[in-house]
Amino acid sequence: MTDNLLILPIFAHLLTAILLIFAWSHINLQRVISLFGHFMALVLSLHLFSKTWKAGILTMQAGGWKAPFGITFVSDTFSATFVVLTAIAGLAVGIFSTVSVTKARMQFGYFAISHFLMMGLNGAFLTGDIFNLYVWFEIVIISSFVLMTLAGKKPQMEGAIKYVAMNMLASTVFLTAIAILYGLTGTLNMADLSLKVAQIEKKELVSVTSLLFFVGFGIKSAVFPLYFWLPSSYHTPPSAIAATFGGLLTKMGVYAMMRTFTLVFVPDAFTQHVLIACAILTLFTGAMGALNKTSIRRMFSYLIICHIGFMIGGLGLHTHVALAAVVFYLIHDIIVKTNLFLATGIIHKIRGSTDIRRLGGLYEEYPKLSLLMAIIFFSMVGIPPLSGFWPKIGLFQSSLDQRSYILLAAFILASFFTLYIIAKMWSEVFWKDLPKRPEETNEFTELPFFKQTLLIVPVVGLALVSLYIGLGAENIMIISNRIATNMIDTGYYLDAVLNK
Amino acid sequence: MQSTILKTATNYLLPLLLLFSVFILLRGHYESGGGFVGGLVASIAFVLHSFAYGLERTQKLLKYPPKSFIPVGLLLSFMSGVLPMFGGKAYMTGVWSSEPLPVIGLVGSALFFDIGVFIVVIGVTLTILFTISESIDQ
Repeated sequence: MTDNLLILPIFAHLLTAILLIFAWSHINLQRVISLFGHFMALVLSLHLFSKTWKAGILTMQAGGWKAPFGITFVSDTFSATFVVLTAIAGLAVGIFSTVSVTKARMQFGYFAISHFLMMGLNGAFLTGDIFNLYVWFEIVIISSFVLMTLAGKKPQMEGAIKYVAMNMLASTVFLTAIAILYGLTGTLNMADLSLKVAQIEKKELVSVTSLLFFVGFGIKSAVFPLYFWLPSSYHTPPSAIAATFGGLLTKMGVYAMMRTFTLVFVPDAFTQHVLIACAILTLFTGAMGALNKTSIRRMFSYLIICHIGFMIGGLGLHTHVALAAVVFYLIHDIIVKTNLFLATGIIHKIRGSTDIRRLGGLYEEYPKLSLLMAIIFFSMVGIPPLSGFWPKIGLFQSSLDQRSYILLAAFILASFFTLYIIAKMWSEVFWKDLPKRPEETNEFTELPFFKQTLLIVPVVGLALVSLYIGLGAENIMIISNRIATNMIDTGYYLDAVLNK
Repeated sequence: MQSTILKTATNYLLPLLLLFSVFILLRGHYESGGGFVGGLVASIAFVLHSFAYGLERTQKLLKYPPKSFIPVGLLLSFMSGVLPMFGGKAYMTGVWSSEPLPVIGLVGSALFFDIGVFIVVIGVTLTILFTISESIDQ
């Protein structure tokens, strides 16, 4: 069964990007086209989600070449959920960037490149072929590199070089792992790999290959020993770009890891131990790193790393409850982290700095805005009944069931550290009196009302989505339970792709 | 640099190279060649022209800035993939004409994909090289 609907979210972004290149020198036209493209992508992905939810799984064999020979695109609940989340985050960032991104960046094709990035993300979520996954990763890396360096000065260049060097290394490791896997099995289709890998007798070879994949995806999603590129590069680009990176890019690595470690490799005891050990260290180092930072954006970069630990830990536990919790966590994290960086962008516009020593008094001047940001921060910390709380219950519960007490301790400790860091930041940025500064610049109040609205609306929208994730947790739980069931019993996926 | 030999040679080489690039493009379906290599050869022809006559005359020869080639090629490639979807087939399914055309033979949607790549490569390569040589001249 072939369903072309599957590829339409990718096309929405590709076509938008092409139109944007046609409109290269007309910036206002570009803003409109870009917003329209994001909106279309959201509509299409919601349509895709509802159709996938009804049918269970949709597949498309590109070029009509049957799997395992052609490239298959698969949309199961997991993929479709991520496509929807990407579209929501993309639309929010798209609206925000029409005002926040500088003219110089727009003139060098900011909008076109950001749509290519979105296309790459959608492709990575929808592909059912491991080499094709690599290609989408490359599209994302190249676009993100351009976004980082566009109209950039020395700090952007410095951040971008670290970013690209590490990500190129990750891609090389990933590609090597694919080559070895192809040598072992003779196939690249993930469904077919799932069958062939299970038949290999030398289990050690499979374990080693799976760890190579872990290293490759681990660098991209900033897992413990290989995370250092993230905090040294994510604070350099403008907030709209950092929001895309912080919200979506590392999660793409986690998504790929979840896919390979549930469908292709089923982790044995050794791999599970490695995953759990890395998760504990990621939780710990991420939290420690965030403690002594004075720039909010650096602080949040470390919190991204810390929270990746929750997901890897859940993947390592590999029970139904844990996997459902990880999926829930991912859904919550994409929305909240994107929003976090957008909110930071507004703070930067108001005060012209993100250094907590130079910030203060926001609550007094902007009480409504502060309340809005409080929702984001408390959702991230996981104060019940907000969105970060629910997945943590699942993670605590399954680490107790599995007797991984150190992991449980790390989960709890990381939650407390997050709370402490956010509380510290809150009192410094919002409650403390504004320290005296010689020149007072407030870019935000200088903007016309319409532009202010364009900056606030996406933050409000994403905050509402995260409120829904928290308050309507039972609906999200239904989705993540179904995804977890499908991860553990992969039979339906294989049947759909290989047409059995 | 003004060299009569280079100028004279370029007058003959430019059409020859362009013709050759089209040959490579068309050859690409079953044998080695294709849009990417063809596009490179075509852009070399224009680079040679800019060596002999200077950048401004090449830009005049091209009429449009090379940057504007990029979206045209992308759109062509994109459409060639989308075309079979209107007939209810999967994305990028090869659709072929029923009657062979003279000289070229059977025409399929894959050819238009390759022509798109050809145009994009010319656009990208010339944009990069022209930008570099402009910044050197300044």
